[in-house]
Amino acid sequence: MHGYEFYVDPSRCIGCQSCVKACEECETHRGKSMINFDFIDRSGTTATAAYVCWHCDEPTCAMVCPADAIKKGEDGVVQSSLKPRCIGCSNCVLACPFGIPKIFPELEQMMKCDMCYDRTSVGKRPMCATVCPSQALSYVRPEEIAHRREKPTNVFYFGKQKITTRVHMMTPAETDSVLLDVLDYMWEDSHVTASQSQ
Amino acid sequence: MAEPPVSPDVLLERFGPHPAYTPPGGWQDESRNPAERLVKTHCCFCGQQCGIQLKVRGNQVIGFEPWEEFPFNHGMLCPKGVKRYMQGGHPDRLLDPLLRTPQGFQPVSWDQALDFTAKRLREVQEKYGKDSVAIYGGASLISEKSYLLGKFARVALGTRHIDYNGRLCMVSAGTAYKLAFGVDRSPLPWSDIPKAQVVLVAGANVAECAPITTDYLWRCRDAGGKLIVVDPRMTPICRNADIYLPVRPGTDLALYMGLLHVILRDGLERRESISAHTSGFAEVADSVRAWDPRTVAEKTGVPPESIERAAHTFAKADRAIAMHARGVEHQSKGVENCLALINLCLATGNIGREGAGCAMITGQGNGQGGREHGQKCDQLPGQRSISDPDARAHTAKVWGITPEEIPQAGYSAVEIMEAIHRGEIKALLSACFNPLVSLPDANFTREALEKLEFLGIVDFFMSETAHYADVVLAGSLQEEEEGIGCTAEGRVIHIQKAVDPPGNAKGDSWIYCEIAKRLGKEKFFPYRSTREIYDELREASRGGHADYYGITYEKIDENMGVFWPCPTLDHPGTPRLFENGRSFHPDGKHRFVVTEWRESGDPVSAEFPVYLTTGRVVSQYLSGTQTRRIGGLVEQYPNPRIEIHPRLAEQYGIKDGDWVTATSRRSEITLQAMVVKTIRPDTVFIPYHWPGGRSANRLTHRTLDPRSKIPEYKVSACQLTKADGPPDWFKSPPEKAAIWHKGKS
Repeated sequence: MHGYEFYVDPSRCIGCQSCVKACEECETHRGKSMINFDFIDRSGTTATAAYVCWHCDEPTCAMVCPADAIKKGEDGVVQSSLKPRCIGCSNCVLACPFGIPKIFPELEQMMKCDMCYDRTSVGKRPMCATVCPSQALSYVRPEEIAHRREKPTNVFYFGKQKITTRVHMMTPAETDSVLLDVLDYMWEDSHVTASQSQ
Repeated sequence: MAEPPVSPDVLLERFGPHPAYTPPGGWQDESRNPAERLVKTHCCFCGQQCGIQLKVRGNQVIGFEPWEEFPFNHGMLCPKGVKRYMQGGHPDRLLDPLLRTPQGFQPVSWDQALDFTAKRLREVQEKYGKDSVAIYGGASLISEKSYLLGKFARVALGTRHIDYNGRLCMVSAGTAYKLAFGVDRSPLPWSDIPKAQVVLVAGANVAECAPITTDYLWRCRDAGGKLIVVDPRMTPICRNADIYLPVRPGTDLALYMGLLHVILRDGLERRESISAHTSGFAEVADSVRAWDPRTVAEKTGVPPESIERAAHTFAKADRAIAMHARGVEHQSKGVENCLALINLCLATGNIGREGAGCAMITGQGNGQGGREHGQKCDQLPGQRSISDPDARAHTAKVWGITPEEIPQAGYSAVEIMEAIHRGEIKALLSACFNPLVSLPDANFTREALEKLEFLGIVDFFMSETAHYADVVLAGSLQEEEEGIGCTAEGRVIHIQKAVDPPGNAKGDSWIYCEIAKRLGKEKFFPYRSTREIYDELREASRGGHADYYGITYEKIDENMGVFWPCPTLDHPGTPRLFENGRSFHPDGKHRFVVTEWRESGDPVSAEFPVYLTTGRVVSQYLSGTQTRRIGGLVEQYPNPRIEIHPRLAEQYGIKDGDWVTATSRRSEITLQAMVVKTIRPDTVFIPYHWPGGRSANRLTHRTLDPRSKIPEYKVSACQLTKADGPPDWFKSPPEKAAIWHKGKS
């Protein structure tokens, strides 16, 4: 869809996995979810993160593919591997700095998020960003995202590797500190803060 | 009637729950074909009732498409909404009426099943009196069905005793709103939430139980709004809270009285609004005088400084909203908790204005609509009181009977089960309700079910309660009958019929009418369609607070929903209930109501030192009759776990994943521990969606709020012990077994 961009904001994510479920509906990979979903550290926090492919301007997955099976379209979307070429070697899985590509051994093929090519090519928003209840995944115009507290970026550094991407990451507004343990918010008769008494 | 006819294993094998992982025909088959129709309707799985389009082919729902134009959710859906269509063509679906035989449940003809049902109901009433039969309804039913059930109980059976599972949902809020405002509805449309400067979320796990509401909260924050969250657990929305108040279970009332104490102590109340729009302020002001922050801190475990800060943040905002849900409502002082929040809003002038006020987050599929038109034990259609002579006269006229023929108020849901247990009620006809899983004190419920002389069930899947039935009448899913619902916002919506019930299953409304016919009451139930029932509902509600007279199916479609009251066909509806000083009390004022502290009904003690609180997870809905049959949802959270803070876990030597036995004054269950810092260290949490050995409600107690009759699910006392190993249920749980063998074609 012209003029629309994809934004990922883990601070909005509530871990409901609606995106994971909805991704299975996509025509190009029915029944298989391409969303990368993580509980960051469930013992310490409810924080979760759901990612789609970042669709790099210079995709590492394509660069390392020995079979030249991974193509980026003119729309900037990096597609799943071409079935006739893919040799299922997993080079892309190992090389992608974001951990996006998935190998499906039964198909001997790598598949990944193609930003709902079947939908975006006919004027629909990607399934995950349409259903996401907290809009942690959003597919909107840049002027709409400008109303958010968090700000978008699409530049990432992995060691010396600089990567620019089609998909944007929302970066947090200024905060001085984030306390994650219920104890830090509680009042106890002892007047000793609970986390100190541990 | 005594125990299930055959063993649980046999019942599970035949009726499930079997989780369906793929659409009808598999991912690559039938569901891949283009839809013949896209039906604009609504999700069935919570009070928000999000807009959704169902893909239909033949007489089969094969998928969904987001409905981006619907103004509440703009296409957004939680995982339950995404997977709801997997009920279509489900292998566990009941396709025939079933009669209990010594060999198990056997399919019979409708005439046999209905004749038998009517005969047994008549026999029991002749032997023990009219009130020996009770009706259970459900808040997930479309409003036409719930209206019909209310009329069926009072006109076809003439029993006092009809109540519904909404009694387990938001009745504390409803009772409080009736006391304070004279009307039971959230006063605000959700579009007001982003306009508030402060939102206080009290006892509401919005992220998991009303996920779409999260986006409204985040948009409020984007606009600079502050978020205050009160919860013993750090739920996902707490990560973005400006102030988090980790209240001790059952002490919410003290906290809200403390907030009002600080506001009045510091002169932050809005005198002008109080004198213009309210009554009873002075008495409430007196009642909170003793609740200084230090006293409140001792009671609640919330720091005095946080109490001061929250009070100031809330009171200094020009526009603040207090939203609440089951966390405050599921208590033996649930009504008081809601009243205390209302008092906060009234004292700070947050009423009747855009972006300001209080709001209850109704939980069940048609939680709002399902309680407005007569399946509550004390109400008649239009939210009228059954004890009000004018209301009885109006309703009797619509129904074509005399006011004297309408029975008086009967027992509430838990009281009905207690009356069954003590032998006062002998027969039960239950629709869309799975009390064995959802009522507190599940062993007591099982004993009661075993004592019934007749149990009839109307449902689309075999619930655990239905195992005890004499007859199971195969009914309809939400998308199989046309009707209306009312959302948490008060928006009346149109539920479209997408498909006919499969096999020999029937629409629920047909089933009640056919039983009524066999009870000799045919002339009162002449409906040929749910539209005819709705037209009668409109008349019955006319002039009541929940006035639907001016709302037609077509008007809903044109306007994407209409907010009640809507008294005339040209009335635009009422999104904001109290705007322009509107009040539903005769004196034109909203009422401050004094709240009094009291202890919960199952206090912690030396023997039972840990608080137990229960609730939902995002991937399951209520008793799980539907969602435990959907593979994608089962796999997300297959079995209940017990959430424990590491400090408490350490006391018992419990590590993450260990098996732990939680024992209350009623019973015990053994679950795996989930050791997390996101819960108070004096409290454990267990979600309640499962039956048998996984049932959190084996532990909960039957203490009710004296006015709303809601059970105190959120506060029980328990003890913990580390178990030697997995319990019996883990060795052969039906859903889990299916996960191991799942094939994703």
